Amino acid sequence: MTEPLSFEISRQSAAAPRLPEAGVTGPDLSQVFAGDQLRANPPDLPRLSEPELMRHFSRLASMNYSISEQFYPLGSCTMKYNPVVNESVAVLPGFAGLHPYQDEDSVQGALELMWRLERALCAVVGVERVTLQPAAGAHGEWTALRMIAAYHHSRGDNRTEVLVPDSAHGTNPASAALSGFHVVEVKSGPDGRISLADLESKLSPHVAALMLTNPNTLGLFEREILDIAEMVHATGAMLYYDGANLNAFMGICRPGDMGFDAVHMNLHKTFTTPHGGGGPGAGPVGVKADLVPFLPTPTVERTNGHLKLDFKRPRSIGRVRSFYGNFGMLVRAYAYIVAMGGDGLTQASRDAVLSANYLRKQVEDDLEMPHEGACMHEFVASAHNLAPQGVRALDVAKALLDRGFYAPTVYFPLVVPEAIMVEPTETESKATLDAFASAIKEIVAEARSNPQALHDAPTTLPVGRLDEVAAARRINTYLQGLSEDPVLRWKRASK
Amino acid sequence: MLTAIGVQSMDDLLNDIPQSLRIKALDLPVGLSEHETMSQISALAALNRVFPDRLTFRGGGVYRRFIPAAVAAVTSKPEFYTAYTPYQPEASQGTLQAIFEFQTLIAELTALDVANASLYDGATAVAEAAMMAHIHNGRSEIVVAGYLHPEYLEVLRAFSEGRGIKVRKGTEPGSKTAAVVFQQPDFLGLLVDARALTESAHAAGALAIACVDPISLAVLAPPGQYGADIAVGEGQQLGLSPSYGGPHVGFISCRKELVRRLPGRLVGTAHDKDGRRGFNLALAAREQHIRREKATSNICTNHSLCALAASVYMTYMGPDGLRQVAEVGFKRAHALAERLAALPGWEPAFPDRQFLNEFPMRVANGPAVVRKLARKGILGPLDVHRWFRELKGVLTFTCTEVNDPLALDELVAALS
Repeated sequence: MTEPLSFEISRQSAAAPRLPEAGVTGPDLSQVFAGDQLRANPPDLPRLSEPELMRHFSRLASMNYSISEQFYPLGSCTMKYNPVVNESVAVLPGFAGLHPYQDEDSVQGALELMWRLERALCAVVGVERVTLQPAAGAHGEWTALRMIAAYHHSRGDNRTEVLVPDSAHGTNPASAALSGFHVVEVKSGPDGRISLADLESKLSPHVAALMLTNPNTLGLFEREILDIAEMVHATGAMLYYDGANLNAFMGICRPGDMGFDAVHMNLHKTFTTPHGGGGPGAGPVGVKADLVPFLPTPTVERTNGHLKLDFKRPRSIGRVRSFYGNFGMLVRAYAYIVAMGGDGLTQASRDAVLSANYLRKQVEDDLEMPHEGACMHEFVASAHNLAPQGVRALDVAKALLDRGFYAPTVYFPLVVPEAIMVEPTETESKATLDAFASAIKEIVAEARSNPQALHDAPTTLPVGRLDEVAAARRINTYLQGLSEDPVLRWKRASK
Repeated sequence: MLTAIGVQSMDDLLNDIPQSLRIKALDLPVGLSEHETMSQISALAALNRVFPDRLTFRGGGVYRRFIPAAVAAVTSKPEFYTAYTPYQPEASQGTLQAIFEFQTLIAELTALDVANASLYDGATAVAEAAMMAHIHNGRSEIVVAGYLHPEYLEVLRAFSEGRGIKVRKGTEPGSKTAAVVFQQPDFLGLLVDARALTESAHAAGALAIACVDPISLAVLAPPGQYGADIAVGEGQQLGLSPSYGGPHVGFISCRKELVRRLPGRLVGTAHDKDGRRGFNLALAAREQHIRREKATSNICTNHSLCALAASVYMTYMGPDGLRQVAEVGFKRAHALAERLAALPGWEPAFPDRQFLNEFPMRVANGPAVVRKLARKGILGPLDVHRWFRELKGVLTFTCTEVNDPLALDELVAALS
């Protein structure tokens, strides 16, 4: 079942909602504004009654997979359960009703929460200070790189390159480029970890930073991290930690102790703020002492129990977002940290590693395992072994959807052909992991007996596989002015 | 589970982590029950002072408005708020279709061809639009005309610095200008001559970027009507609570010719082999997960759930409802401005300029006035002198449909 668009359900006769009248004597729009300052044609918004609206969006909701209903083993995305208490605290009027330009005296509770969250995040990752301003992980990466650029600049050091491993998230090179750096790729060795020889050959006085995820996107801990840090620091460059995989070792070890100078965290991954179908998230950045002067403004400062926003930071990189970040997400993450405590966060990471290793073991005879040994919180398998049957990672992904599971991340990292990246997280039970492993076994068996069934999957969802090539062609036709169908939006058919 | 894995203990799984890096425990308190968590955090919330909606006259980018109950009823559905970015379209049609509707609503409202799936906020939307212009015409200067929100300007500067782009305040673009950015109505609530600014940008071969108030577009000329190339803005007023500044939602729309320069996610229609229409992420070749360092932007996570709230809000309102709230704010603001101007010592800061529902007044002792109102339980106007040296004593007031006529009386009485 598909659902019509709100624009298609719209009825001209649907009454507008009842809203307050002005109740004062004031001018008409036409008395104040000239004709061409006013809107000539009303926007073509839908007209729906409230019951029609509620049913429309409820039907759309039923067409989604979500962590509240399905196992969501998306590698690198840390789709753990989102505790409902987080939602309850975020909507407290004492938080949700605050205007960002209220006087500091009237928002002491909000500032206290931000200050405590900063201290807690510092403790988890081992840094000096944290900015809570970035709205997402990529935004945090870019913020950190701006600080690193400012640091080098302040020393009269003009460094133009950022090193990024070939297994890195796409946001890493994109953030580096947006910060004005030239991106240089570092190769992975045969064991899936960064090649020290290749790193050595690319380090030079031009390098501003190495961006690293640890455990890397293959789920492997970079065992030689201390050597890597020493090599990077010896050339005067900084070490940047992509916190996408922080869920692997909270309470076990800390990026700061490994030698990382800047660390971003995804509150929507590690700290259970819900992902919202693609956001909002939050991407705080922690830094060591050398980078503190360059933090975005404002910071939250606490003196004698009084909290204030500090805007006077002359060496700051400036502001990276309006106001103080995604405050509502900060409240949720703080609630999670308070409820879990140091002991709970440590247990969460240990359980995440246990889940990943258990699941890996359950499917190691069914899929290829490109790397040996224990993994951390996620593992990468490969569907390469199904190639003789013409079955690809994408087919496995789609077949999982039919079996009630969201699909793992596929075709990433780029260094593994037919990659299937699985991150079960600590919040899944053994029974769920077993059920998922059974589904994989069933799919692999089907690849041998009836591969066509996998090419046809999914068959149980509102739509089957969508023809992206045809869609892209239609977009091209529109953008070239050869078609009226905009593809990227609805448009009323011209009469 | 350890036995199944084939190890003796949990520590066997952590062998790759050097012993020297291991920590004994996190330096954090132990965990709490849900009840204790709730109490502790509620206690922090109770330390904040929340002013009633009806007595909030402060805007400056975040506004108190009526939020239909339907908004929270939809956004609190776990199927929406606990889903991930819709990488598997067949299992994410709800999110994808909702985004497609959001794109259409924003494109309609701004009267431009195509809108994206959302950005973080109004400030980063301005910055992303400027980057689009830079990529499009290869020029490296952004001209900011008039009173752009000061925080948007700061974010624009931070973004530009990384790319070696110069940001200049002024109204006269030159041959190096990639785009002219203006806000309509501006940060003080005043209307600018959007058409003239757009024409001057075009005459210099630059793009025109309009930063707009989405509610105002129910009545004021939309960017597409005066020829702007890119429209951006902050969508907080479309059904989102102030929440101390976030999360809210940025939006961006543009002319057809610029679609390939858009940052972030875009959703389009596609069909399955049975011809059923579905929705899918489109033009991904612009994005970081495909193009890496050559992407148009680094954005990955955006603000989908806030965009969903905005979609529910706009769908609830429809064209007539949206016009109604815009007009009510307009009428009340003009009524209030007249009454304030009649008070001794008060005058309009820019008597010759038009405004919609936010307006600047000048008074001798601005900060004292604001403090006095707070003592009377009113979140009074915004003192904009903090950002603009030349605006000493200038306070901006905002009226919306939540500031009922009695609230206006209370405000005026408190100032008399």
